[in-house]
Amino acid sequence: MILTNVESIPGHTITEHYGLVQGSTIRAKHVGRDLMAGLKNIVGGELKGYTELMMEARQEATNRMIEQAQQLGANAIINVRFTTTSVTQGAAEMLAYGTAVLCQ
Amino acid sequence: MQPQPPQEEVPMVVLIIVILFYTAPIWMLLGTWIIGKMAEKKHYQSIRERESAWVHIPALTGKQVPELPTAYDSQLVVGSVVVSVDHFKRWLSKFRMIFGGEMKSYASVIDRGRREAILRMKEACPDADMFLNCRLETSTVSNGKGKAVGCAEVLAYGTAVRLNKTAE
Repeated sequence: MILTNVESIPGHTITEHYGLVQGSTIRAKHVGRDLMAGLKNIVGGELKGYTELMMEARQEATNRMIEQAQQLGANAIINVRFTTTSVTQGAAEMLAYGTAVLCQ
Repeated sequence: MQPQPPQEEVPMVVLIIVILFYTAPIWMLLGTWIIGKMAEKKHYQSIRERESAWVHIPALTGKQVPELPTAYDSQLVVGSVVVSVDHFKRWLSKFRMIFGGEMKSYASVIDRGRREAILRMKEACPDADMFLNCRLETSTVSNGKGKAVGCAEVLAYGTAVRLNKTAE
């Protein structure tokens, strides 16, 4: 599966479009991470636990999008976009969407 | 004659503890100011070093490969970082809220995060020749009201392109 966020796939030609595919996940952080982040928040800087959490969630959303594209018979997704929304305090939704295509 | 209890020692210790207890917020501000400043300096130094190491691979915001049709491989790359401001800067910001104006102390934190995210994006694909259509996005993870930790996420993503150099 090739993912790009441009309208083409450099080095390949697109032969067929399958339309929009998307994947999303809502993640909450657990207490241990929250506690560590709370301590780290005093001195500032990067909160590694949260960064990991966001990356994991984004990967999950991307995997779901890829799954959907595979069901359509696509082998690439172009124009991929990511959005993040905080649904409630301490939970974030990750959304990944793009256009499933067949390329050669 | 009865032995005198050491009346001088105990109140002195208590006094120190009491003083330390009531001045704890000041120590905390001083401590986080020094630690935060040191961490920021260190981070900026590492960012500058890595930026100069990666400067030969351009991160472009355009969508087309500029006059080089020999691309043979592309992939999506993502870099993200969650940053928060330290206790001292949060305390300073309360004064800024009164007078208004630019919050330079917060800007440096987000700036660090953004540069770090771009570097992580580049580091995700070290053998790329260029990065197309790079997008930057900042989102609030939590706003820090109540007991929650206030922090923001900076995300950088783009398409890493490898060029066919043997064709030239």
